Order: sequence, then C-alpha cells, then structure tokens
Amino acid sequence: MKSVAAHLPALQVVVPLLGALLAGFLRRGAAAFALALAVTWAVAAIACMLLWQVLQGGPISYALGGWPPPWGIEYRVDLLNAFVLVLVSLVTAVSMPFAHRSVAFEIEGYRHAWFYCMYLLCLTGLLGIAITGDAFNAFVFLEISSLSTYVLIALGRDRRALLAAFQYLVMGTIGATFYVIGVGFLYLVTGSLNMVDMAQRIGAAPPEHARAVIAGLAFLTVGVSLKLALFPLHAWLPNAYAYAPSFATAFLAATATKVAVYLLLRFFFTVFGAAIDFQALPVSQVILGLSVIAMLAASLIAVFEADLKRMLAYSSVAQIGYITLGIGIADQAGLTGSIAHLFNHALMKAALFLAVGAVFFRIGSVKLHDLAGIGRKMPLTAAAVAVAGFSLIGSPGTAGFISKWYLAVGALETGRWPLVLAIVASSLIAVAYVGRMIEVVWFRPASALAESAREPPLSMLLPILALAAATVWFGIDTRLTAGVAGKAAAMLLGGLK
Amino acid sequence: MQALRSVVDHYNYLITIFLMMAGLYAVIARGNMVKKLVGLGIFQTSVYLLYIGPGKIIGGTAPIIDPAFTLYSNPLPHVLILTAIVVGVATLALGLALVVRINEAYGTIEEDEIFRRDRET
Repeated sequence: MKSVAAHLPALQVVVPLLGALLAGFLRRGAAAFALALAVTWAVAAIACMLLWQVLQGGPISYALGGWPPPWGIEYRVDLLNAFVLVLVSLVTAVSMPFAHRSVAFEIEGYRHAWFYCMYLLCLTGLLGIAITGDAFNAFVFLEISSLSTYVLIALGRDRRALLAAFQYLVMGTIGATFYVIGVGFLYLVTGSLNMVDMAQRIGAAPPEHARAVIAGLAFLTVGVSLKLALFPLHAWLPNAYAYAPSFATAFLAATATKVAVYLLLRFFFTVFGAAIDFQALPVSQVILGLSVIAMLAASLIAVFEADLKRMLAYSSVAQIGYITLGIGIADQAGLTGSIAHLFNHALMKAALFLAVGAVFFRIGSVKLHDLAGIGRKMPLTAAAVAVAGFSLIGSPGTAGFISKWYLAVGALETGRWPLVLAIVASSLIAVAYVGRMIEVVWFRPASALAESAREPPLSMLLPILALAAATVWFGIDTRLTAGVAGKAAAMLLGGLK
Repeated sequence: MQALRSVVDHYNYLITIFLMMAGLYAVIARGNMVKKLVGLGIFQTSVYLLYIGPGKIIGGTAPIIDPAFTLYSNPLPHVLILTAIVVGVATLALGLALVVRINEAYGTIEEDEIFRRDRET
C-alpha cells in the first residue's frame, strides 16, 4: 500500500490513459461506459488522496522514470494543482453516471466506445496539464486534451458540430503553438523546461535576455488565453459548446477552461512572478480590462440568445471573466476568489449543462421557446436549473456568492472600486438571462414539446441534483473551496519576487 | 554593414519569422479549409525551426561522448521537436478528417459557402 501511495502522481495520469486505450479496444458501448465510470471514480479517489497528502505533508515532487528534476520530467503537486485535480476529477466523477443514457441517445451505437475513449483521453490530458511541473510536457498534455476535445465536439448530431470542431481545431492549434513559442523563448534563455528551475534561471539571467523573457510571457499569455477563452479569444467556445453532445459539453465546460486557467496561474506566479518584477509590467491592467469586457459583453449576448446551450456558453465566457479578474487583482482575497470560482463555476455549469442535456433527452430540443412550461413536467430538473442559476448570479447562500464576495473584497482592498461596480453590473445582467430562463421554464404555458416531457431516468437525475445541492453546500461550508483556495493563493503570492 | 551582418547572423530566425507570418496569414485569409490547414502546418513548422536552429552549437559535434571532443550540439531541441512533429501530424490528420466529413455534410469546403448554407436552413 505504501509503495502505491508513493506513485499516486504517476497513476493519476497513467490510469485514465490506459483506460482510454482499453475503451477503444472494447468496441461495445456499455462495456466502455462501465470502464470509463470505474476509471473516473478511481481517478477521483487518487486526486483526493493526493490533496490529502499535500495538506498533510506539503508539496510532492515525483521524478518520472527515476530521472531527478530538472533533467527528467517532474510531477509536482502542491496545493494549487492538487485542488485543480480534485476539481476536475470530482465534478467529472459525479457527472459520469449521466453519460450512459445521454450518450446512448445522442450518438450512433458504433461510436459509443470511441466516445468514451476520447473522453478518457481528454481527461488524461487535463489531469496531465494540472500535475506536470515540466513546461513542454504540459504542451503535450494540452494537445492530447485538445485533439480529443475536437473529436468529442465533432461527435455531435448536428452538422454544425463538424464546423465548430474544425474552427476550434484551428484556433486551438494556434493557441497551443503560441504556447510552444513562448516555452521556446524561455528555453533559449534558461536551457531548462522544469518550471521551478526555469523561474530560478530567469531570475539569474543577464539583463540583455529580458526582452526574450517578455516575448515569451506575451506568447504564453496569448496562447493559454485562447485555450481558456478569455475575451476576445473566446470565438470558438459558443459553437463548440452548443453543438457538442450534452455530456461532452458539461464535461468540457466544467473542466477544460479551468485547467487552462490553472496553467496561466502557474506561469504568472510560479515562473514569471518568482523571477521578474511582475508588477512593473502592464499584465494586470490588460487582464483586468479584458475580464471586465468579458463579464459585461458576454453576459449581454447571453441575454439575447434563443438557444439555451449557447446562452450558457456565453455565460461561461462571462464567468471566465470573473476568474481572470481575480488573477488581475492579484492580492490574497482576489486570488482566493479566482481559485475558488474555478471550483464553484465548474459545479454550477456542470449542473446546468447536464440539466439541459436531460431536457434534450426528453424533448429533443434546447430552444428556449420549446422549453416553455417544462418546469411543471420536470420539476426536479428545473429546480436544479433554478438553484444553479441563482449561483451564476451570485445570490447569497450559493457557491457563486462566495467567489464574488472574495473578488469584490480583493478589488476594494487594492483600491480598484470600479471593478466592484463591474461585478455588480455583470451580476445584474446575469439576473436578466437567468431570470428569463427561469421565467420561461416555470411560468409560461407549456409548449407542445414540453407537454410530453417527464423527469429523466434516475441515472441522469441524480448527478444533476447532486451538483445543484453541492452549489448550495459550498455556498455555506467553504472549508474545501475558499479554505484551500486561500492557502493556495497565499502560496502563489508568497513565491512572488 | 552592421545591419547586414546582423541579418546574416540571424538568418535562421528571419526564415522562422517569415514562415510563421506566412502560415498565420494563410490560416486567416483563406476560406478554403484545406488551405487553412496548409497554413496551419506551415505555422507549426516554423516553430520546429525556432527550436532546432539554436540547438546547433557552432563548432560542436554530434552529442556522443568521446574524449576527443569537448563541444557538443544540444540534442534536447530535436527530441522536443520530434514530439511536436507527432502532434502536428495528428492535428493535420484530424483536421483533414473533419474536412472530409464537412464536405460530406455540406457539399463544399469553402467557409463562406458553408456559412451561407447554414443561414438558409
């Protein structure tokens, strides 16, 4: 047992990778689902154990293949990425039972096993990005997750899913290539790819290399921002989320952008922040400006969307704005809000997209006018939508309130009170689109399609209810979210030069 | 003379920058999806050069330890780029597969035409 515990960091990635291979070989959809479920739960257990180990004994350094860092690839688990690992795997583990019926309904039979294969590969990539301490290894995992994401999106029924996948492939590849260019600049300056080692060597580099370091920073920021859909680099996201299969949308919305945000945090704080005088650069002003526009503009677009999935996709762009806002504020409270919102937003968006998937399972449409009055036919699902919707707005008693509170405190403490106005304004716009959603679902006379609806089967309903309940739970008990996020923020800020 | 010298000394970087811009331009400016993928391929290839160029140490030999030599070229960029090439091949293959499927579904691979047909339905 002890020897297994020492190898948890490697197992975190190896288990889903082998699972993906096996799922591809299994061919039969039901068997592949059972395997994917088992692997996802195992991965969640591993992530929780890693977080426990880190909370007990501090950061874990794992030398892959026995090659000591900085020469070999190091898996480095500290509070921040242990938290991200738990977030990704736990939300996925809770959602996973939903996949069985939903995938069987939306995807042709002979493709089921491939769907689970791609899903597990994507999970491998996301966990890999989060756990690795090597900048180039992160690129490889980034591409593993991206390539499988394109396939997941293209498996959608609508032919526009193919177009969305192609457009995301082009944008995503440009983003990933920008990332490699950035890493290339840093490698030329430092001769190292290990993130911690890089930071030390950048700090010690002669001043004539400063320009290459700044160029590397610029390329990395743009590349990763494309993957996390920071305004105005979000153009790929609405179509990709709208046309992907329901479970894929929920999975990607909950995890993929969050892992990209983690990568940005890692580079900003662990690599650049520890090496150069970060405050002297206009990074935070740029990030803050773009975040505020994302929060306001994307929310406004969401108000006028007639397709529920697209509306939630634009809401995701706005919510990512909140997360990057905290990165721009970059003080204890702001970063805590940002990291906690990674988790909270994953919970509520997974709940919402799963609920939308359940509605699609029953009536075959996600257009708002078809959903009129469906709340009376699917009361539990619609109640979960309402709860998660309130959390999107950030009303007290839900998880969304906690993260917004920390963000607002951070903005005030650093003397940027206009940001508080922006947070409030964006929340008010969220009231408009969430209110519209709830009004249509609960209070309109039932549409022809909605008349025939009923609650989804238990395997779909339970994950939705569990996630909705979790948004309330984490709105009250903040030990896991704000507690761990606060410690992670302190660690990041403590490493700054 | 100084400017000319700096051009000659850094010609590998200039080629890299040219390829990078040419590839990115093709991705943005072309409506044909296969041409977009060609542009994307050129863009990615430029990064291979960016890594491999500096790996060569002038006067250095192949990195095989031998008492007769003290200066070696850096082998690590080659290893990294081998991985990046594999990623590039996978991306291109997947992109082309998507284009085939798009052609089956829409009957065209021109982006404007596809948008027009989507608006009509």
